[in-house]
Amino acid sequence: MTKPPKTDDTPKVETTGHSWDGIEELNNPLPRWWLWTLYGTIVFAVVYVILYPAWPMVNGATKGVLGWSTRGDVQMHIEEVDASQADMRASLTETDLGVLDRNPELIEFAMNAGAAVFRTNCSQCHGSGAAGAVGYPNLLDDDWLWGGMVEDIAYTVRHGIRNEDDPDARFSQMPAFSEILPKEDIATLVDHIRSLPGGTDPLAGAGGQLFLDNCTSCHGDDGRGDRTQGAPNLTDAIWLYGDSPEQVTRIITRGPYGVMPPWNTRLSEAEIRAVAAYVHGLGGGEMPTPQD
Amino acid sequence: MSDAPQNLYAARVPIFPRRVSGYFRRLKWWIMAITLAIYYLTPWLRWDRGPNLPDQAVLVDMANRRFYVFWIEIWPHEFYFVAGLLVMAGVGLFLFTAMLGRVWCGYACPQTVWTDLFLVIERWVQGDRNARMRLHQAPWTVRKIRLMGTTWTLWLIVAMATGGAWVFYFTDAPELARQLVTLSAPPIAYVTIAILTATTFVFGGFMREQICIYMCPWPRIQGAMMDPGTLTVAYRDWRGEPRGRGLRRQAADLRVAGPQIGGRAPLIPMPGVPDTTTNVQGPGDCVDCNACVNVCPMGIDIRDGQQMACITCALCIDACDQVMEKIGRPRGLIDYLALSDAPREAAGGAHIPAWKHALKPRNLIYLAIWLAIGAALVSALFIRPQIELTVAPVRNPTFVTLSDGSVRNAYDVRLRNKHHDARVFNLQAGADSTAALQVEGHDGANVTVPADAQMKVRLYLTAPAGSAPAASDNSPVRIWVEDTVSGERAHVDSTFNGKDSQ
Repeated sequence: MTKPPKTDDTPKVETTGHSWDGIEELNNPLPRWWLWTLYGTIVFAVVYVILYPAWPMVNGATKGVLGWSTRGDVQMHIEEVDASQADMRASLTETDLGVLDRNPELIEFAMNAGAAVFRTNCSQCHGSGAAGAVGYPNLLDDDWLWGGMVEDIAYTVRHGIRNEDDPDARFSQMPAFSEILPKEDIATLVDHIRSLPGGTDPLAGAGGQLFLDNCTSCHGDDGRGDRTQGAPNLTDAIWLYGDSPEQVTRIITRGPYGVMPPWNTRLSEAEIRAVAAYVHGLGGGEMPTPQD
Repeated sequence: MSDAPQNLYAARVPIFPRRVSGYFRRLKWWIMAITLAIYYLTPWLRWDRGPNLPDQAVLVDMANRRFYVFWIEIWPHEFYFVAGLLVMAGVGLFLFTAMLGRVWCGYACPQTVWTDLFLVIERWVQGDRNARMRLHQAPWTVRKIRLMGTTWTLWLIVAMATGGAWVFYFTDAPELARQLVTLSAPPIAYVTIAILTATTFVFGGFMREQICIYMCPWPRIQGAMMDPGTLTVAYRDWRGEPRGRGLRRQAADLRVAGPQIGGRAPLIPMPGVPDTTTNVQGPGDCVDCNACVNVCPMGIDIRDGQQMACITCALCIDACDQVMEKIGRPRGLIDYLALSDAPREAAGGAHIPAWKHALKPRNLIYLAIWLAIGAALVSALFIRPQIELTVAPVRNPTFVTLSDGSVRNAYDVRLRNKHHDARVFNLQAGADSTAALQVEGHDGANVTVPADAQMKVRLYLTAPAGSAPAASDNSPVRIWVEDTVSGERAHVDSTFNGKDSQ
């Protein structure tokens, strides 16, 4: 420490001339392959810009001579998947819906495809969880206006309900009783109908007489409805339009008019069958056994 | 120094390491043989798992999302085992670096091992250091083309075997080998092999030390993890200097600085680094034979001190020990030393054995952490169940009223069967539950889950009209699954939402 240190004989390296607190920065040369790698990336970038969409312009990026685009790429993949599923779709279109559940592979395909169809086309009214809303049937429960077997559901999806677009649409109309019955009678009927799920005899008492005269032709003497005309069961715990006196009064006074569009113009037969299988599998689907 | 600015870029100066033999070289041969054997042979080991599962001992089955390692099978939801192993690898790196410096770089790093292998081939075809240097400088004659061509062909074969071995870890090896030969393997296999062949060929044959010096982050990270007690390859300059071939030299003041980067750093006192300035009586033991430089695969001179390019492969120790034996001096002029040894030994202090350096508290703490994680992973491995379920209550909607007034809740239940055969699982609601249980798409509550698979089913619990769960806000419910073959049971607690929850 008494004498200045001797320099060693390692190669002298130029410094950048910068000095921080006496620490200087050596100016060692970079390896040449590094330089060529840099040139390589530049060449790659130029080629890329020519081949692929790159420069942003006013109305979108330059196209690139390969004509490649992300949308085109997605479209290609969709077509690939479509092509790979063609057999499954054909098989779904041909299979009798009543025995669909005997083919596990097909039912799985139908359930998944149907879920996608449902989310896109059905959830706007029936809800993403298929729980419906007031006036829009809950598809999870075991109550079906027009039948709950896969064929019934497929028919409803195909042709819709009470629409003017499809001559085969399921059709029925409950009249607006404000023009038929006086208000007092309607009030009596409302009380009577609201008591039906509790076990009241549909034909008992004053309300029963009114029920017999005005309602049984569609809802039946037992009040359990008629699926051939979409007349709901009035004795169960499910109320499509709500069970409060106001809600029931409103329906009887004005008459409901729930509409569902036909989907055969927008969905393929395979999609209709898939969504029918999906809805059937939501928890309320009925198997082809005699209903009471 | 000339005034002309030096070039900004420099071509790689080829390195022709000389063959050396000795303790560390033998150790490295063994490590090389073992690591390469593990790498190339592992995919071919078989392990019987029954008819439903692959029989490859080590298999990363991406398509089916399973890791198979002998008797252990890792599912995606158990990926914490893999994460745990990575944490152990990290802590292990701390431990080994704090204890032995860049021991990973010098012995086990694939770049080092494959470069070593490529050097063996190069030496076998072209001869040792001097022959290779002559060949390098010779004009392109037929002989040179033949020798270079042979070398590169052999490198390429090794590179292809390396790339080829990699893909065997991801699918059944014999089957893929058949496909590869008959050109019917998936394109991704060929692409992967091509990329790994190219990287192995270029990195092992031509880039070599450039990878370590310019491309690899480890040297920087590991340098920061070392401390003065870390064992590393160093030159006992106080013993070796002044160097010379038997020349008598004047006693000289010699300053040897602490860490020097690349042997070129100016001598700057650094905080925390002991100043080893000392007076030395000459001549030293170093005969300046350059044996240590000639064998170095990184092309550096260890006598310049600690430097970033040194991967601590220890071949210079072997080379120097041979020379010391010839000239009748004790071995260890170049040796594994701790930086803190330098001033003490220079001042005449005794040598501290390596194991004493290794038993620093810091190393013991790393070891304890490493062992704790390892023990936790092993015990987790033994107690993990063979059947599992997860229950996700369906919240859209929270409940459904059925036509008879009963209230139904739906649950997405995932059943995992880790047995290697299909099992019938029986689902039950807790004993105190009055709710009826159904499974969508199944008659009854029995579900057949395929071998080594998970299955998602929708489970319905229906509480009768007017019952407490149906009428109340929500009530707890326990869902059980029982393996009807082994009787093993598992359960998950969930919630039943009643009418009052709206």
